Order: sequence, then structure tokens, then C-alpha cells
Amino acid sequence: MRVLLRNPRRELDLSGPVTVSALLARLELNRESVLVIRGDTLVPGDAVLADDDVVEIRPVISGGAA
Amino acid sequence: MKCTVCKGPAVIDLRRHNANFCPEHFTKFCRDQVAKAIGDHDMIAPGQRVLVAVSGGKDSLALWDLLVTLGYEAEGMTIGLGIGDYSEASTAAAVAFAEPRGLPLRRIDLRADYGYDIPTAAAVTRRVPCSSCGMSKRHLIDAAALDGGFDVVATGHNLDDEAAVLLGNVLHWQTEYLGRQVPVLPARDGFPRKVKPLVRLSERETAAYCVLRGIDYIVEECPMAAGNRHLRYKEALNSIEAGSPGTKHAFYFEFLAKAAGHFQPEAAEAQGGLTACARCGAPTTGEVCAFCRLVERVEGAEPVPVELVRSGRRR
Repeated sequence: MRVLLRNPRRELDLSGPVTVSALLARLELNRESVLVIRGDTLVPGDAVLADDDVVEIRPVISGGAA
Repeated sequence: MKCTVCKGPAVIDLRRHNANFCPEHFTKFCRDQVAKAIGDHDMIAPGQRVLVAVSGGKDSLALWDLLVTLGYEAEGMTIGLGIGDYSEASTAAAVAFAEPRGLPLRRIDLRADYGYDIPTAAAVTRRVPCSSCGMSKRHLIDAAALDGGFDVVATGHNLDDEAAVLLGNVLHWQTEYLGRQVPVLPARDGFPRKVKPLVRLSERETAAYCVLRGIDYIVEECPMAAGNRHLRYKEALNSIEAGSPGTKHAFYFEFLAKAAGHFQPEAAEAQGGLTACARCGAPTTGEVCAFCRLVERVEGAEPVPVELVRSGRRR
């Protein structure tokens, strides 16, 4: 599957099938800090991502100090 | 995974609520949380005019959408900060949200209207960019709210923002700031009423709300904020939250219930002794307010490219 990551923007090619939770664990990402988007909608932690899926892992942490 | 409400396919799991939601019931959950925050803290009365501080990010656009959906008369205001492509994309996102919905959006541009931008201000003052950025935004939004006759200013501070600021204030025992860290700041001389209707939603939830509502927001992080202390506090809290869901909510709301009141006398005392700025009339502790002093200081300064200012350090 193709995985789009942000900040900085980059792409990874990984093998599936794999659950969203397992994918985030493999990438050492905190699920509280990201959303996983397939197509134009969200996918929950137990969703299985297939080999031919294209997914975006979108960070949600933002903000300045003021 | 099934929606906790309708048993249809869920698209998001919220471990801190031990619940999963489909798109319809997640957006309802967000509306309910905002309505509860507004009601619990008497933020906005029916019929009041609201000025929403809009950055083009997920929180401010979600807030604006939620307030309008809940029936409030909410006008937006966005400020062009001059932080390169980031600011241009932020303003474009705010305009792209407002125009098709027919929502009024007030626009100010720091460079065009006041002769400076945030990278230049950071370089000239030799302070972190977030300092002049936050001060400029507060000053201009306060002034716009008072001049425009708005009853209340709404900002997109979410649960993660408040928990991270609380952590920072506790770590350094900033007791004056602790007394002011409440979801509603009442109006007083020279300051409009300010409210934070998103305090019951995490930023993962506001981002999810935008995705499910089809709201295009700017995903990229501000290049000037990268690596700042506030973001590190958020990451630390999310590490705790991953193992103990609900920790951020308990940290902030138990603070409000059990501790905030203890610090409010000190905060109130610190807010006394304000006079009107000799130039613009805004409240200030000196003769001239911080905003007018900044405008004077950066006047005529050569614009500094954003690439030369990162995380508070000029390269």
C-alpha cells in the first residue's frame, strides 16, 4: 500500500494487509496524534488496509505557543 | 467496528469516551460537546453576535462551522501574518470556507495594513515568533470586536491546547496565568468577552470533524512554531493519553473544578492598573501598548524572509 505522511511530506510503500492500529505501531506513531484517511473518509483502528490501498496519515497536533 | 449509537460502520474510535461513531453520529457528538461547553460555561447567549478568530486551520474552521450549525450569528476574522506560503495558504483556506457558505469574513494583513510581518517582527525584537504573533492577533481581534460591536470573541482553543498550556503553567508555577486559564474571560474595560467553545473536543476530534464535513483546512504546521515548547507538551500529554485515555480531559476539567479558583485573585490583581494607550486607546500597563510599540519598532525594517527565522532563532 502507499502511505502518505505529512510534516514533512513523504510517501512509503508498505505491504498489506494490515490493520490501522498495526500500521501506526509499525511506524511508531501515536494514534492520539494522527488520523488515518483512505479515499475521502476516516478509517478506525481495527480497519484492515489492503495491499492496493492508498492512505494518508495526517498529523493533528498544531499550534503556536501564544 | 460499529457505531455506538446506530450500529452502522464506524469511522472513528474515541477511546476516552469508550465509543465509536459513524460520520453522522460523530458530527452530532461534536455539536453536542460544543453545545454543552457553551451551556455549562454560559459562553454565548441567544442572539449575541460572535466574532470567530479564523486561522484557516482545523480548529477555527470547525468552530465556525459548529457555531453556524448551532444557529449562532458568527462572523469570521482572519489576519495575514506574512509567514510566507503558510500564511497565504491559511488565508486561502479561510476564504474558501467562507465564500461558498456566504459567511462574512473580515480580513487584515499585517504587512499591508501595519507595515510588518511576523518573521520581521521576530528578527527585530529577537524574541520567539509566537510572541509577536500572539500579541498582534490578540490586539487586532480585540480591537475588531470592540469596534464592530460584537458581544463575544470565540477562539478555536481545544482540549489539547488547554491541557498543554496548563501543563506548562504548572511545570513553571505560573500562578497568575493559572488564574486566567478558564474557558470564558468576561469583558472588561478595553477587552471583549472571550470564549473557547472547543474545550471539550480534542484536536484529533476537530480534525476528524473537518474531514467528515468536507472542510479543507491547512494541514501543514506553522514553520515558525515547529519544535516549540507548546508542541512538546502536547506530545508528552498524548503519550500519557495513549496509555490512559481520558487523562487530558481529567487534567483540565479537574483543574477548573478544583484549582482554578485558588489562583484567580492573583490574576485579577495582576490585571489592575491598566490605562489607555496614548496612541490607540487599547489597555496597557505603560503609556504605549505593546502592539503600538512593536509597530514603531519594526517601522522601516527590511522584510526578513521566513526561511531565516525558525523556532525563535535567526539563522
